[in-house]
Amino acid sequence: MSTAELVNHRPGRSYLLSAVAIVSSIVVFIIPFAFIVLTAVKDRQQSADLDFSWPHQFHFVQNFVDVVKARDYMLVIAFINSTILTVASVAGMVVLAAMAGFVLQRRKSRWNGFINFLVLSGLIIPPAVVPTIWVLQKLGLFKTMPGLILIEIAFGLSFCILLFRAFVATIPRELDEAAIIDGAGPLRLFFRVIFPLLRSVIITVVVVQSVNVFNDFVNPLYFLPGDKNATVQLTLYNFSGQFSTQYNLLFMDILLITIPPLIMFLFFNRQIVAGMTSGAVKG
Amino acid sequence: MTVTSAHPQDRVDSTPAAKAAGGKVYTPYSFWFYLPTAVIYAVLFLVPTFASFYYSLTRWSLFESKFIGLDNFVTFFQEPALVKGFTNTLIYAVVTSGSKVVLGLLLAVLLTSRIIGRGYLRSVVFFPVLVSTVGVGLLFQVLMNPERGIINGALGVLGIDGPGWLTDPKWALMSIAAVDVWKGVGLATLIYIAGIVSIPREYMEAARVDGAGSWESFRRIVLPLCKPATVTVIILSLIGGLRSFELIWAMTRGGPGFTSDVISSVIYKQYQAGFYGLSTAGNVILFVVVTAIILPLSWFLNRKEVDM
Repeated sequence: MSTAELVNHRPGRSYLLSAVAIVSSIVVFIIPFAFIVLTAVKDRQQSADLDFSWPHQFHFVQNFVDVVKARDYMLVIAFINSTILTVASVAGMVVLAAMAGFVLQRRKSRWNGFINFLVLSGLIIPPAVVPTIWVLQKLGLFKTMPGLILIEIAFGLSFCILLFRAFVATIPRELDEAAIIDGAGPLRLFFRVIFPLLRSVIITVVVVQSVNVFNDFVNPLYFLPGDKNATVQLTLYNFSGQFSTQYNLLFMDILLITIPPLIMFLFFNRQIVAGMTSGAVKG
Repeated sequence: MTVTSAHPQDRVDSTPAAKAAGGKVYTPYSFWFYLPTAVIYAVLFLVPTFASFYYSLTRWSLFESKFIGLDNFVTFFQEPALVKGFTNTLIYAVVTSGSKVVLGLLLAVLLTSRIIGRGYLRSVVFFPVLVSTVGVGLLFQVLMNPERGIINGALGVLGIDGPGWLTDPKWALMSIAAVDVWKGVGLATLIYIAGIVSIPREYMEAARVDGAGSWESFRRIVLPLCKPATVTVIILSLIGGLRSFELIWAMTRGGPGFTSDVISSVIYKQYQAGFYGLSTAGNVILFVVVTAIILPLSWFLNRKEVDM
């Protein structure tokens, strides 16, 4: 804000620039989103034109009911499934990653280098798909919701551990020591003293990871196939085949699926930004 | 005494209490805290990763596997469809990553300057990052429809005959890459904004006093001091680009033909076809490609820090 204002310090230029920026943002970003909304409320015939026009009639309620009812209320089931998946896996990630990040930051041992290496590998290495299915099958977790939840936790842990480790470094050690003098054991120290102090980074992790898990398509596709297990992203994929001539319903589905991230964005903009830019400054 | 023992590094002078507790130094930072994380991570990530090296060398049906040496890899690099997937992965990753760096930096400079509607612009550029990738893919599939889509409609008004973005083999991959940039540039912009904002104001003032213009300050101050942000953007978007699957699958499923296939979509197609060994070989190739690009690159980029 402060710095780069000075980059463009010549006065008078910024009005033209602002106008250009705003107009292009409308063309590039607003029109596609407006297209989703407009198409979602059109009737079937008009939506098939695929053009950017005002709806002749507003079919919002009817399209909404149609898309919810489609395939025996698959969308409702999918929203329930996605909610369970998101809540359970994000909760798991937060608790496990906070514990790991806490010890990783506090306890200096010769394993730290190796553990850090594993954490970074988790960020970089693409998961091996079929062997993961093989492992899940051996455990009896393939095509089950608990299996998918554990998968999401495993793949999301690295990012969370990095955030927690960085944040724990800002909590003074004296606090731990005081708690220990007062007789707190390791679990009490962590859950009663440290965990509450992690609040702000927990919010960041929860917001960023719930958007990620909610939007995840690949893992449900591989590890939880089948209509009755569908998550919301998979309904989109299934509907796109079925509704190839009913664009109004397809776009109503897209619209409904965009609402949860939109709500997150409106309420937690700051935390999302904090989470996603962490590491940008330090490198 | 307990206070000293709270410091793990003080393990040498152990306390009597700790000795009584079982001969080991008492530390509140128990290794048990790693256990649940370690189990989940090892079972669901490390084991499959190591298993993939073996199973990529087999013909595999999940229940039984037959060792066939490097046949899967030979197949992968002989079938034109699969080779195409390999080269497309590299092209796609480089194009999207490069565009995100350039556009992200430009947008960040714009969005940190004194323009009207800055908050609105930041939000609108960033929002697509949070939207479902499949949803974005389906949306652009419609917008890029060659006859009726609004992109070609708009180009038609300007007198340009737009190509079949997703139906023309020459354009398909690049069209998807463009949508990837549309969706992902907000994150790059955000990272760059964080980098630019952290540059001390005095630097710019000093440069101005010394008579540097906008371009000079950008070139000599913003660009070098944004290096950590650049490194983050390059690494993140390269990892994302190399592993990219959702958008490609939603928009073209690798088509027309196999002209927009990437390694990830090949993995999925071979998995669907039941060639588990070949699919896993694809995974190993992807693993090798990602590490062979990311590790040296991050080492190279992080090698020299700019003095602040």
